[in-house]
Amino acid sequence: MQLAELHGHRQYADRAFRGIALCAAGLVLLVLGMIAVTMTQRAWPAFGRTFFTSTRWSAPDGLFGALPFVWGTLYTAAIALVLAVPVSLGVALFITQAAPPWLKKPMVYLLDLLAVVPSVVFGLWGVLVLSQHFGLGRSFLTAGVILAVMIIPIITSLAREVIETTPVSDKEAALALGATRWEMICASVLPHSKGGIVGAVMLGLGRAMGETIAAALVIGSALGQITVDPFAPGNSMPAVIANEWGEADGAHKAALIALAVTLFVITIAVNLIATAIVQRSMKRSHGT
Amino acid sequence: MTKTIMISAALAAIWVAGCNKKQDGGSGAASGAPMVKADKPAGDKPAGGPVTLNASGSSFQKQFQEVAIEGFTKTARDVKINYGAGGSGKGRQDFADLVTDYGCMDGLYKEAELAKVKGGPFLYFPILLGAITVSYHLDGVGKLKLSPETIAKIFQRDIKKWNDAAIAADNPGVKLPDAAIVVAHRSDGSGTTEQFTRYLDAAASGVWKLKSGSTVEWPADMQAGNGNGGVAQIIKTTNRAIGYVDLPDAKASGLTYASVKNQAGKFIEPSSESASAAGDGIDVKDDLTYVSVNAKGDAAYPITAPTWCVAYAKQPDRAKGAALKAYFKYMLTDAQGLIKDIDFAPLPKGLADKAVAQLDKIQVP
Repeated sequence: MQLAELHGHRQYADRAFRGIALCAAGLVLLVLGMIAVTMTQRAWPAFGRTFFTSTRWSAPDGLFGALPFVWGTLYTAAIALVLAVPVSLGVALFITQAAPPWLKKPMVYLLDLLAVVPSVVFGLWGVLVLSQHFGLGRSFLTAGVILAVMIIPIITSLAREVIETTPVSDKEAALALGATRWEMICASVLPHSKGGIVGAVMLGLGRAMGETIAAALVIGSALGQITVDPFAPGNSMPAVIANEWGEADGAHKAALIALAVTLFVITIAVNLIATAIVQRSMKRSHGT
Repeated sequence: MTKTIMISAALAAIWVAGCNKKQDGGSGAASGAPMVKADKPAGDKPAGGPVTLNASGSSFQKQFQEVAIEGFTKTARDVKINYGAGGSGKGRQDFADLVTDYGCMDGLYKEAELAKVKGGPFLYFPILLGAITVSYHLDGVGKLKLSPETIAKIFQRDIKKWNDAAIAADNPGVKLPDAAIVVAHRSDGSGTTEQFTRYLDAAASGVWKLKSGSTVEWPADMQAGNGNGGVAQIIKTTNRAIGYVDLPDAKASGLTYASVKNQAGKFIEPSSESASAAGDGIDVKDDLTYVSVNAKGDAAYPITAPTWCVAYAKQPDRAKGAALKAYFKYMLTDAQGLIKDIDFAPLPKGLADKAVAQLDKIQVP
C-alpha cells in the first residue's frame, strides 16, 4: 500500500518535472522563432535583389548593399580564429597536461576572469592602446586581434573540459609504450577530443561574428571595403547596426534590420554546425 | 561529463544566437531616457505637485539641456526632468511613440514619418544655434582659410595633399606641407554629419557629390570616430588630419579650426558670435523651422547648425503640461543667457520672441 502510494507520488513529480522542462525548452524555441519572424517581417522591404551583391551602402541614395559588411564580419572572425585557436589549444593542453598542480587553479581562474570582462572594455583598450600605441590603426587586423582576445577564454575553457575527459587508461597506454608526453598528446589526447575542440572553436567563431561594441570601436567604419589587406579600415554587420541605428529611418532602418537577420542566420548556422560536430564526436567516442 | 559538455554547448549555441539578436534589435530602446509612458490619462492633480518630465534626442543639445535643467529645477523644485541624449533619430522616434514628454532634434521629421507621430499635432521650438568647425592638426601652420569648394573636395578625397593648389589659393602666403591629408568623419549616424553635408550640398553645389544625410557614403580611405569626441581625438592625435567637430568639443580638445568663406565672400572664424550672426540671416517659416547653414550676412559663420525641441499641442496631463510649458519658456528666455558660456549661440531676439509666443498654442487641460 505504502509502496504504491509512494510510486504514485513519484510519478506525479516526474510528470511535473517533465512538464516544466518541456515548457522551458519550448519557451526558448518560441522566443527564437518570434525573433526570426518579426525581424524578417520588418526587414523584408530591404531584401532586394542587390542586398547581398551590391558593395554600395549609401543612405542618401537609398542604396543598401550588405556584401562588404558580410565580408568584414567573416574576415575579422577568420583573423580572430587564426590568432586565437593555437593560443587556446596551447593553454588548454598546458593546463591539462603540463602545468604543475599549484599553477593549474590560478590559471583556470584567470581565464574565467578574462571571459567576463565586458566587451566595451576590450574595445576601449583596442582604441586607446592597440590602434594608437601599437600603430595598428583602426582596421580589420585591430578588430581581429580584439576578437581573438575575447574568444580565447571561451575556446580554452571548452577545449580544456573536453581534453580532460581523455581516459587515463588511453594516456597511460601511450606512455607505457614509451611515448614522450608530446607523442602521448598526439596519439591519445587529440584524437579523443578532436570533435569537442572543433565545437569549441565554432562557438568562439559565433561569438566573434556577433561581437558588436568592441568591433564598432576599432574596425574603422569604412564603407564598401572588400579587401584582404588586414591594415585597411573596414566594417562588420554588428558594427554598422550599432553605429547607424540611432539616426536611421525608413528604408535605412529596414536595411539595418536586414543586416541583423543575416547575422542571425549566419550565427545560428555556425552554432548548429558546431553542435552537430560535437554530437557526432560524442557518439563516436561512446560507440567504440 | 561529456554529456554535460554536449548539452551546455547546445544551450550555449542557442543562447549566443538569441543574445546577439536581442542586442541588435534592442539597441535603440535599451539606451537613453527611462521609459515612462507619457500618455497617462489626464490626472486631476493640482499643478505644482511632484512632476517628472522625460525627454530624449539630440546629443548636440546635451550640454544645453543639462545646464537648462539645472537652472530650471533650482526654482521649480518639485519638477524633475530627465534628458537622454541618444541622438536626434531616437528623439524623433521616442516622441512619436509617446515614450517621452518632449523630444529634441537637429533634423526635422520627414513627411513619411509624420503619420507615425501618435500624439497628434505638435510644435517645433527652436532652441539654439551651434557652429560646426572644420578642425585640423597641422604642425607649423597657423590659421587656415577654406572655401566651401575646397572643403568639399577635401572631404570627398578629390584633394589628397595639403599643398594642393586649391588649398594654397585660399591661403596666399602660407607655407603648406607636401604631405597627405588624413580625413576624419563620424562613424555613427549623426545630426552633425547631416548639417555638415547639407552645408556642402548647398554651398558647394556642383562640386559636392556625396549628398547629405546622417550617414553618407564616405570614401573608404578615411578615418572614422565615434561622436564629436571620437573625431576630435583622431584629429588631436594625428598630425596632418582634418575633420568636422562641433565648436564646444573642438574647444574642449584644444583643436585648431579653419575660417570658412561665407556667402558674402568673407572668411569667418567659428564662434558663438559668428553663429549668432548666422541666425540673423535665416528665413524662418511659419512653423519656426528653417535652414541655418550657408546663411546670409557679412559676419555669419556658414556652417551653423539649428536644433529644435518638440511638444504636443494638446497636452494629455495637466501637471505635466504646465511644467513642460514653464520649462520651455525658461529655455527660450532665461536659459538663452547661459548658452554663450558653453560655446553655442543663443537664438536671435526676434526668433526667440516668436518661439515664446508659440507657447500659447500648447493647450493644457
